[in-house]
Amino acid sequence: MLRNVPVISVAHLQKRYGSFTAVSDVSFHVEEGEIFGILGPNGAGKTTTVESLQGLRSVDGGVVSVLGFDPVTHAAEIRRRIGSQLQESALPDRMKVWEAADLFGSLRPTGPDWHELIADWGLAEKKDARFGSLSGGQQQRLFVALALANDPQLVFLDEMTTGLDPASRRVAWDLIRQIRDRGTTVVLVTHFMDEAENLCDRLIVVDSGRVVATGTPQGLIEEYGGGVRVRFSNGGADLDWLREVPHVHDVARERDRYEVRGDGPVLAHVAAALVAHGIAPVDLRQERATLEDVFLSLTGEAE
Amino acid sequence: MRLLAKMSWLEMKLFLREPLTVLFALALPLLVLFVMGGVFGNEVDAEFYRGIGAMDYYVPAYIALVTASVGLISLPVHIAGNRELGVLKRYHASSMPAATVVGASVVTTFVVALFSAVLLVVAASLGYDIGAPDSIPMVVAAFVLSALLFASLGVLLGAVLPNSRAAQALGVLLWFVMLILGGAGPPPEVLSGAMDVVGQATPLRHAIRTVQDGWLTLDAGLSWLVVGFIFAVATAAAIRFFRWE
Repeated sequence: MLRNVPVISVAHLQKRYGSFTAVSDVSFHVEEGEIFGILGPNGAGKTTTVESLQGLRSVDGGVVSVLGFDPVTHAAEIRRRIGSQLQESALPDRMKVWEAADLFGSLRPTGPDWHELIADWGLAEKKDARFGSLSGGQQQRLFVALALANDPQLVFLDEMTTGLDPASRRVAWDLIRQIRDRGTTVVLVTHFMDEAENLCDRLIVVDSGRVVATGTPQGLIEEYGGGVRVRFSNGGADLDWLREVPHVHDVARERDRYEVRGDGPVLAHVAAALVAHGIAPVDLRQERATLEDVFLSLTGEAE
Repeated sequence: MRLLAKMSWLEMKLFLREPLTVLFALALPLLVLFVMGGVFGNEVDAEFYRGIGAMDYYVPAYIALVTASVGLISLPVHIAGNRELGVLKRYHASSMPAATVVGASVVTTFVVALFSAVLLVVAASLGYDIGAPDSIPMVVAAFVLSALLFASLGVLLGAVLPNSRAAQALGVLLWFVMLILGGAGPPPEVLSGAMDVVGQATPLRHAIRTVQDGWLTLDAGLSWLVVGFIFAVATAAAIRFFRWE
């Protein structure tokens, strides 16, 4: 693959199911070696989008290229080179972990050894367990291991940490970074903001079948995060004079807790002003906007 | 080919892990055999059973019947169920060839039918005084053709039916109608006009006649051709209508 040729490029993707438009206008590109996030509320068209890229769906409009192939005409070529951890999919309940790993591994005999794969994903002890007896988290980890069994250039992970407990999610994040560090491009579909913020190099936010924002997590937070918020607590007196402090736009109080909103170096100016008035709150801090704030402001999910 | 062998072996292991399915496939034909044997014995009565003893008639008929039961019931339930659960979608996304996925199910069906048929013949030989087959190669050929026929019908049903419940319901219904009217239940001679016409239209009637042709040298007429024809049509339709999700 040539440098600078995107692993995935999507221009104005459109997909309808009968009269329902699941994806109306989605465009983005994914560079080699990055972890690319697709975020959005349920029903936004995330899964339809990635399934179109995996060659599992026909598309109704737009130009799509995955690893240089068109998923409509060359779906088989693409499927051979990608790994897919699908969202709604299973294995027979009575199939054992090692049997699944062995079966999917034999699709590409030059791929990684399945013993190592299931060990990487913490399933070595569950090797002889039946799929149906695994917990939700173990099933998800097995699906990711199977997605990597053909040594793919590009892997799609669709809501892979759903059903994992917090500790397993952290482990999964590390493993996803390891996948990328080995040179595999990762497309991560998620509705967990902290996951996207922690893992993704770049991401798109999809809502109602459209891309509503594109950028790095930090870039989106700066653009849509709603400025800087400084919080502290104090006796409950009126501190309206804080509005006069440079960079401050607004002050809100709820009993003894204060929130100062503004932009730029708000914290330094507020701290100086408070100290000058003889107030030195021990809990003075700047709240960082998260991707969650961005998401809520973009998709109107706050209600 | 290695992949097909691996998948087939795995499918057989999965089959053996379903005790009820195993019981159904292996024990039901034996049960039917001993009930019929208990009722009719093996006395020759010129009016029924094409003029031969009841057990001489039923054993080759049941060889065809076991291919029908695994083909019409187990196979569609398996395929439709795997589609319903998303197992097929996962195979598809991993670029597992359709021929491997379906082929492994057909191989498993065939092996189960073979075991069931052998068990049936052994039990019948021990329980009743049945004659040896006139032509073993012809019986084998008829068995293989019959197994392929019902496997192709089973894949077709599995391809067009939405889920395992629908597959189970329709599969059992078809199997039962064929059992009663196809000549594996009451002797065909007692079926009145309309029932006999329907019976003639069932693939099982013709499959039975091909096995009996090999076993007893009874003329099967066009049945060999009919079985081959239905197999070809059902296979073409199954390939045409197979879907992953």
